Amino acid sequence: MAARPGLVAGVPGRGGGGFRRYATYRVATAAGVFTNTVFGLILVYTYLALWEARPGLGGYDQAQAVTYVWLAQALFAMLAVQGGGFEVELMERVRTGEIAVDLYRPVDPQLWWLANDMGRAVFQLLGRGVVPFLFGALFFPTALPGEPAVWAAFGVSLLLALLVSFAIRYLFALSVFWLLDGQGVGQALMVTGVFCSGMTLPLNAFPGALGDVVRVLPWAAQLQVPADVLMGETAVSGAFAFQAAWAVALLALGRLVQSAATRRVVVQGG
Amino acid sequence: MADAFIELVDVEKVFEVRRKTGFLRRERRSVRAVDSLSFTVARGEMVGYIGPNGAGKSTTIKMLTGILTPSGGRLRVAGIDPSRERTRLAHRMGVVLGQRTTLWWDLPLIDSYRLMHRMYRIPDARYRENLDRLVELLGLADLLDVPVRQLSLGQRMRGDIAAALLHDPEVLYLDEPTIGLDVMSKARVREFLRQLNAERATTVLLTTHDLQDIEQLCSRVMVIDRGRLVYDGALAGLHEVGESERTLVVDLERELPPIEAPAPARVVRVEGPRQWLAFPASESAAGLVARIAAEYPLVDLSVREPDIEAVIARMLDTPADTPDSPPDPAGHTVR
Amino acid sequence: MAWGRSRPVEGLRAYRLIAGMWIRSTLTYRASFALTVCGNLLLSGLDFVAILLMFAQVDALGGWTLPEVALLYGLSVTAFGIAQLAFGSVASLGGRVRDGSFDTLLVRPVPVLAQVAADRFALRRLGRGVQGSVVLGWALVAVDVDWGVVKVLLVPVTVVCGAVIFGSLFVAGGAFQFLAQDASEVQNAFTYGGTTLLQYPPTVFGRDLVRGVTFVLPLAFANWVPAAYLLGRPYPLGLPEGAAFAAPLVAVVCAAAAGAVWRAGLRSYRSTGS
Repeated sequence: MAARPGLVAGVPGRGGGGFRRYATYRVATAAGVFTNTVFGLILVYTYLALWEARPGLGGYDQAQAVTYVWLAQALFAMLAVQGGGFEVELMERVRTGEIAVDLYRPVDPQLWWLANDMGRAVFQLLGRGVVPFLFGALFFPTALPGEPAVWAAFGVSLLLALLVSFAIRYLFALSVFWLLDGQGVGQALMVTGVFCSGMTLPLNAFPGALGDVVRVLPWAAQLQVPADVLMGETAVSGAFAFQAAWAVALLALGRLVQSAATRRVVVQGG
Repeated sequence: MADAFIELVDVEKVFEVRRKTGFLRRERRSVRAVDSLSFTVARGEMVGYIGPNGAGKSTTIKMLTGILTPSGGRLRVAGIDPSRERTRLAHRMGVVLGQRTTLWWDLPLIDSYRLMHRMYRIPDARYRENLDRLVELLGLADLLDVPVRQLSLGQRMRGDIAAALLHDPEVLYLDEPTIGLDVMSKARVREFLRQLNAERATTVLLTTHDLQDIEQLCSRVMVIDRGRLVYDGALAGLHEVGESERTLVVDLERELPPIEAPAPARVVRVEGPRQWLAFPASESAAGLVARIAAEYPLVDLSVREPDIEAVIARMLDTPADTPDSPPDPAGHTVR
Repeated sequence: MAWGRSRPVEGLRAYRLIAGMWIRSTLTYRASFALTVCGNLLLSGLDFVAILLMFAQVDALGGWTLPEVALLYGLSVTAFGIAQLAFGSVASLGGRVRDGSFDTLLVRPVPVLAQVAADRFALRRLGRGVQGSVVLGWALVAVDVDWGVVKVLLVPVTVVCGAVIFGSLFVAGGAFQFLAQDASEVQNAFTYGGTTLLQYPPTVFGRDLVRGVTFVLPLAFANWVPAAYLLGRPYPLGLPEGAAFAAPLVAVVCAAAAGAVWRAGLRSYRSTGS
């Protein structure tokens, strides 16, 4: 439903860093906006049908379900829900062994890649997120708040979501040090990202025990929590705490794995 | 011309280029990549096609192979209009693009040849005969079962050349066939091309940046610049026109003042005991070397061939670069 | 064509040869291949899991039951899977044009479309078709249909026609990349977007959208219309009775249109060099 190839292929010639690099791909960006809008359109109708058959599902009314769809499309590229961010390059560098060069840089790898990914995220939010979101808000009844404070809280939640997203992808990418194959890892990232983030269906609409589980996994911090913050469906402090906890835990785990990976490279002599 | 295998009459190629001029504004501009290009190549000729980057070399090759359609003029290869009958011509030509292999990366070399065998519908007997001959001449016997990704650049180039010749093409286009190769590989490729041309009368058109390719292979050179043919004739003539110079690098026993060489040779650089002397490419180095050896404490010396870009650059700077100057009596035309 | 062989036959033969080379290339990395086949199965299965999750909450979506939606899903994904296996590589044409390697395809004596379609032929894409046909098989058993000869025959015909329609989309989308090499994602909106759209009943969507995918981009004939006939449901947009059998005609028109677009794209490449 939301998993689609081309996100990676659409951004040619990686190398270099951050916002500026992505900003050159004007046509690819326009194409991405178009695709996000079309997928949003398809999902909106299916969600409307679902919420018509089951009003109040997951605590959302129809307008909220619609808002969720467009939010998901707007954040899809920014949060690299199905991959396609810095980790593609990192995995390639690990696979080819070029990573050994990076280890001699005087900067911390985790911070370096984080900065790189932040640049990408900002660009993709502005370049690929805004238009589909405005389209949705213009043509469909949405449930957007008027108070600036809520939007500010949403902004903070988004930043935390990006940290969690980064931390998850960093861990996946580092696994290539041991697995040596980036393709399978990329697919695993895609499957878990699309499903557990709530790209196919909002996590609060997942039934029974499955719903209870996915709602506490780190992926919930990516899309579901910011959406709930924006639509006033959750207490802001609790949401921040949930996201921050996962961000800290996963980033710390990332550092641990990073040092293990570094030792591995040093032992093998590159 | 009856024996013209390749024939171009006033061929031109115009590209429409869109350029960004403002935030959203774009400007359309026509670029003439090739401008009223006329030449013929006889069957069995081996011709070097040279010029600076962006001069229109690869555009010409692409039109000759049918990849691009000319914007105007008349172009025939073996009597065929390449852009109209691309697939038919494909059976009669071989193409080697130096930077781009057509071999299957992960598979043994022989697999790529088997594909060519079937794709070009080469009769079995002829395929085997050609393969045996090419494998021997290009020294591929030990490489046939090696995956292409494990081949060195030189080995891969030889593999690519063989792939382009399995179907007995009448004409072979080579784009930078020796670029990046080591000395041994270069020599091998050149020797092979010489034989191919001599024994099978295959017409060869090659672009190169390496003047030695031309020197050792081509009796005829065509120089293109900014889409126009500026020289067509023998290599020796090119040196004359381009007033190109070779360089003699001399290592003396110790630092000495610049060598007093007989004109037109002259010292262009001194660095400790090493000195660089420039002399006309058309003259032999022997006299100069003998003279220096007799008068100076010589340790070592070497001759550097002129760089093709330098030759062309010098040639293009000469006043002769006017569009309508008459043909040169020596038999080559300078326009 | 020289030697009296028709271009389609030449094209098929070249396709087989090149695809065979890619399959053997892939099999040099067996473990990676096995992994990606599984990944592909899982990934395309996610769509259906989402539908199952929805039906865990409701009995009908747009008035259609789970087996009925599964029938739509099965027809859509199986047809798409076949088309993607055969023509999916055309979507990466832009990359070939961008890095210049497209030129090497033009100097070979076989049709370019066959070469582009067989380029990087990925057997792992079988996963989607397999997953789609498993769902289709279950749906055919589970739906409440009074099967007769016509209805039984209509199923494979629909799958083939759907594959042709989706294949045409892949080819036309590839041709578009002659003009805009970075726009491969636009194509995804139509191909992946199309197969996603068809997984849900037409009653779910806005009337204009349904009109668009019936008359402009006739995806509706890949499953909505024939499925409505099988299930005895009213056709979308009140199409006439025979519409369910129009799929072959629609498929032929789509293929012809895609062929024309492809030729125009190739012509423009050869006159501009991109």
